[in-house]
This record gives sequence, structure tokens and C-alpha cells, in this order.
Amino acid sequence: MNILEVKDLRKTFATQTAVDQLSFELEQGSIFGLLGPNGAGKTTLIRMITGIFYPESGSITFEGRPFAALKDSIRIGYMPEERGLYKKMKIGEQAIYLAQLKGLSRQEATRRVKDWFARFEMQSWWNKKVEDLSKGMGQKLQFVTTVLHEPKLIILDEPFSGLDPVNSNLIKEEIYSLAKKGASIIFSTHRMEQVEEICDHIILMNRGKKILDGTVSGVKQEFKENEFRITLDSPAVIDPDTNIFQVLESDDTHFRVQISKGFRPNDVLRYFIDRGHGITSFTEILPSLNDIFIKLVEGTPNARQFHRI
Amino acid sequence: MSKIWLITRREYLTRVRNKTFLLSTFLFPLVIILFIVGSVLISTQTHTRQRIAVIDANGYFKDYLKSDSSISFDFTPGLDTLNYAKHGCTAVMIIPVLPEGQRTIYRLKYKTQLSLAGRGDLEHRVDEAIVDHMIYEKTTISRGRLDSLRNTSHIAELATFEDNGKTARASNQGMSFAVGYVSGILIYLLTFIYGAMVMRGVMEEKTNRIAEVVVSSVKPFQLMMGKITGIGAVGLTQFLMWIVLVVGLAVAAQGFVSAETWKEVQEVQQASQMGNASAAGHVSDAANRIYAINSAVDSANLGVVVVLFFFYFIGGYLFYSALFAAVGSAVNEDPQEAQSLMMPITLPVIFSFFIMTAAVQDPGGPLAVWASIVPFSSPIVMMARIPFGIPTTVAWWQLGLSMLLLILGFLGTVWMAGRIYRTGILMYGKKPTWKTMWKWAFRAS
Repeated sequence: MNILEVKDLRKTFATQTAVDQLSFELEQGSIFGLLGPNGAGKTTLIRMITGIFYPESGSITFEGRPFAALKDSIRIGYMPEERGLYKKMKIGEQAIYLAQLKGLSRQEATRRVKDWFARFEMQSWWNKKVEDLSKGMGQKLQFVTTVLHEPKLIILDEPFSGLDPVNSNLIKEEIYSLAKKGASIIFSTHRMEQVEEICDHIILMNRGKKILDGTVSGVKQEFKENEFRITLDSPAVIDPDTNIFQVLESDDTHFRVQISKGFRPNDVLRYFIDRGHGITSFTEILPSLNDIFIKLVEGTPNARQFHRI
Repeated sequence: MSKIWLITRREYLTRVRNKTFLLSTFLFPLVIILFIVGSVLISTQTHTRQRIAVIDANGYFKDYLKSDSSISFDFTPGLDTLNYAKHGCTAVMIIPVLPEGQRTIYRLKYKTQLSLAGRGDLEHRVDEAIVDHMIYEKTTISRGRLDSLRNTSHIAELATFEDNGKTARASNQGMSFAVGYVSGILIYLLTFIYGAMVMRGVMEEKTNRIAEVVVSSVKPFQLMMGKITGIGAVGLTQFLMWIVLVVGLAVAAQGFVSAETWKEVQEVQQASQMGNASAAGHVSDAANRIYAINSAVDSANLGVVVVLFFFYFIGGYLFYSALFAAVGSAVNEDPQEAQSLMMPITLPVIFSFFIMTAAVQDPGGPLAVWASIVPFSSPIVMMARIPFGIPTTVAWWQLGLSMLLLILGFLGTVWMAGRIYRTGILMYGKKPTWKTMWKWAFRAS
């Protein structure tokens, strides 16, 4: 079942179209990556899904019904990219307050905050103020306030920025366990390695439009360039006239090759076997998401942050 | 509705629990009192002593011009326009021969300028000296008789009453003036203090990006209204504490007055009701003073003033704080931006203040009347007029219209601010102009 269906969504601001006829579906319990360069329209899209903006046209269906911002807000948790907390407010109070705004009773909110604080080992922070927290601690608190009301749909914008590896893992584990319990997660980020690791499904946006939609492995298959890495037990000299593959890189026993159109990996293996070489390894090289995205958005004005590092 | 309540509660509690709240609650009246006492002291102390050298061609002014502590006259022969300063005089007055039945100019040359009141005083003394001289010259009355007549003629004292149809209430211009002035200043200051507090709160939410988290749970309008009502409640709390403080001090002060004196106070009261102030001439000074304070407080009609003060404080606060919230939502981190966008809001408040200072002098004048009806200035100006009496100085229709317009006015500004706010609170980057904010407010949603 799809928890969220977005159809032909459109939103324009005075000077530009921020989201342009965008459609996608989100399956319950899945982790969904929303990717795109700055200014691609991700934040606008998220703000429409969270009910902050009204779409100009198109429809949002949430749990099978048309999305009603006020009624559904308790079923959605949103953690914006720019973290927002009241600096002067005590942490425990603050978490309870934000949960109450979502519609929890005070008792229920208090119980859950205590629960989460125990799980994240934050009990001793209760009476501290946000301004006394480090960035990473603030991040953890923000995550707790986002998921406290047990939303069915959780939207996380760059949830790992500023976190050390230990806390990153803590949050990652929580994301997995929330998804296992049936929550669906939209995950917006620039960090491709995290997307590859966490997400089931991704879409890529650029300039308000969806330019890619699929599972992580599906996308990689779609954009693979038929490159393989082959290791032999003895040095080999490649016949320059062969039309089965092209050699991209080589030293005596290691080769990176690209298989030409009309041939299969078996043809490559046969080529080396026929010449009496022993093959110790043969692996397909799939493009990284980073490579794919650079390829797709390169040349457009917003592609700056995807330059190869 | 319950979400507005939650937000109100948070805004209220975080501020009231803050130590600066208690501190400012007790410091503010202190500052106001110091300000008023200081300005009174300065205005009385700056009354400089004038010593005026007189060069008189008529020869009789020496006998009639009366010196006292504020102006004294020096008739030493040999004083002239060149050496008067050397003899310790602040000015020299040259009176030529004054022929009868003809206006003649006499001159004053000074080093230290006379105040406006000082000038009137001097003219009055010169006129009186001429009249005295004429009476003495043209009639057979003796100098001693003339002087004693003058001294015993101060026997009439004016008491004013406000005509309320069947009853008349003793009024006291000075007290009405003071209460009106203080009420006007208070509303003026509170509008700015709490308006700025709302604006800073909104800016904080915007720059902290907490607004984005909160508006995914509640409507932007609820967030804005919660903030406005929460801070308004802080203001009311503060104001109630001031009232308790003042009443407490008054009760404590009364405790120090002996029962004897209270009895005398009652005597004075009865005597004055019978219209004979001198009948109670034997009572102590303290009793007289307490009676004066009591009757002044009575005449200012404090009950009505306090009730209406609450109304105009709340109305004016809602009217302006909504606009301050709109500005806060539009600007980014830079407080400089807020300054320039605040101008169109602060100007009417400052204008109202100036109109108020005129209104306490002439509470029935057309400027005061209209400024007390228009919602931009009515909270400040109307509060300056009310102590002068309802329905005498402030007609019922004026009060009714003013209150109605203020309610409509704040509904209007809240509505408009809500529309600016919901766009502005999530808008980062370029500073908006009033034109773009106008567009946010009035475009179709």
C-alpha cells in the first residue's frame, strides 16, 4: 500500500516554478531518498507535503485520502534542514511542548519524552537549555522531537549533518527500526553514500522536475556502463584488434574493461580462457549514485555542489 | 483553539519565569517615578533668578516695582546698558518717559534670556506699578491704604465642578492633567515595549528556524496569535502587579496617619461641602494635605480611568503588536532591516504621543477629539482625555465610536499581519519592501 501519492504537483513563486508537475509514490515502510541540487525544489515539495504550503495544482493523497494538513499533521514528523529549537527553553519542556503542538496530551508527551531520552541517554539534559548543547546534541534532540508522536510519515532533511559517527549510527539504527515498525521515511540529502546505504527508493529532482525515479539498484543498473574489473593469475597482453571490449585501465594482471555492444560478460571470460589465462576475480563495476547525479545535473546552473570531490 | 492556548501558555510562562520579568516589573515604575520627579524638579529648579537694573526716566518706578525671589530690581544710580553686568545684573530695563494715553515702548536688554513665564511676570509687575502710581496720583488714597487693600484682597479661590446633570463633582484640572499625561505616556511606552517584544519573538523564531517546525503542526496564524496573546498576558500581569503595588503602598501610607488626623480630614471634608473652606482653618497641615490628595484622586475618577486603560491598552497593543509581528516575520537576522521597516509603524505612535501632549492641555479641541477616535492614535490620545471627565469632556458618542473603531482596527491589522506573517516567516534571503509585503497581504490566497 502507498502511504503517500503525489500527483502532478505544481507550485510557482513570483519568479520561478519551484515544483513542476511532479509525481511520485511512497510505499509504506520504505525509506525514500529525495535528492537534488540546491534550488531544485526539494524544500518546497516537502513544505507542500507537510502542509506548510498549498500546492497550486495537483493532488497529495495521504493514507488513501486527500491530504488534510491540520488533521494529518499528527501523523507526520518533519525535521527541517535548518534546525529549529527555542534556545532559551529547557530541553525537556521543549520536547513536551512540540509534542503537545502535534496533539499529544501533556501526560502522554511527558511519558514519551522520558522514554526517548532514556533510549538516547539524554536524561541528564532535561533541565539544560538548548543554547548549552553542542550541535550534535541539538541534532539528537531535534530527531527525538520529530519522531516523538510516532508519525506514520517521517520527513528528514539532512538528518546526519553535524553528527559524529557514533551518533550517526544511533540515528541510522532508529531510522531502520522506525521503518521496520511501519513508518515511511522521506530522506532528503546531498550525501550519496548515505542514500546508497539507507534508501530503498529514490527520486532525483532538478529545477522543479523529477529527472529520475527508481530503486537504488534499479537506477544503478539503468546507468551502468558495462564496466568490469578482471584479475588474472598471469600477465596478459591484450590483442588491440579485439572488438569484444575496450580496455580502460590496465597493469599486468588487472584490467578495467568496458564490454562493447552486442557482447556479454561470458564473451570476455571466454577471451581470456581461450588464451590460457587463469581468472581469479571478475566483478561488475556499477556507477555510484554520485556519478549518476553528476552526469544528470551537470551543465545545469544548479549543479555546483555535485562536482567530484 | 487549544493550539493557540498552548502557544500562549509557552510565551507567557517563558517570559514570566524569567528573572528579568520581575526585575523590570519593579524597575519600570521606579524609572517612571524618577522620570516624572526629575522633570518636575528640573522645570522648577530652572526658574532662574533675574536681577534687573532699571533706568527710569519717570522717577516713580522705584517706589512701585515690587521685587521678590524670582525677579529683583536694582535702581542704583549710574547703572547703564554698558556696566549692568558688572554690577551683577542679568538684564537692564530702560523705561522712557511714559506720556498718558499713548502706548510707549520700554526696552529690556539681557545677557540671560527671560523665560516665557518670566516675561509675563515682568510685564505684569510694570503694569501694576503704573496702575498703582496712577491711583496714588489721581485719587486721595494713601500709599499705606493702597498697599493694605492689595494685601487683603486675595480672598477668592476658584473651585471647578464637572456638571453631570443631577450631580456635580468637584474637579481638579491639575490632577486630570497629571493622570491623563501619565496614562498617555504609559500606553505609549507599553505599546513600544510589548510591540518590540512581539517583534523580537517573531524574529527569533524565524532566525532559529523553529517556525518551520511549528508551522508544520499549527497554522501560522495560530502561531502569531499565540505569541501576541501570550505577550499581552505578560503585559497585563505586569500592569496588575503595578496596581497591587500602588494600592498596597497607598494602604500602607494610610496606616501611618493617626486617627486624630483622620478625624480632622473628615472635618475639612464637611466644611468644604458646606462651601466654607475657612471654617476648618484650625486643623493641621497634614489633614489639609491628605484632604487635598483624597479629593484630587476622587476628582480624577480613577475607577473609570483604570477600566478604560485596560481596554485601550489591550486594543492598542493588539493593533500595533500585530503590525510589529508582521515586520518581525519579514526581516532576516539583521536588526538594521527591522529598523527601516518599523518606521511606518513607529511614526504614528510618536505622532500620537505629540498629539497627546497637546490633548492634555486642550482635551476638547478638535485635534484631540479626532485623534482620540482614529484607531492609529486613539489608545494614547483618548487615555489623555478620559481623566477630564465622561461625558463632559469626552462625549459618549466619541468614546463609543473610538472603542468600536479600535476593535475594528485591530481586527483589520491582525488579519493583514496574519497574511504577511504566513509568507514572511518562511521567506529567507532578500529583505522585502513594504510593497512586496503589501502584495503578500492582499493577494488572493
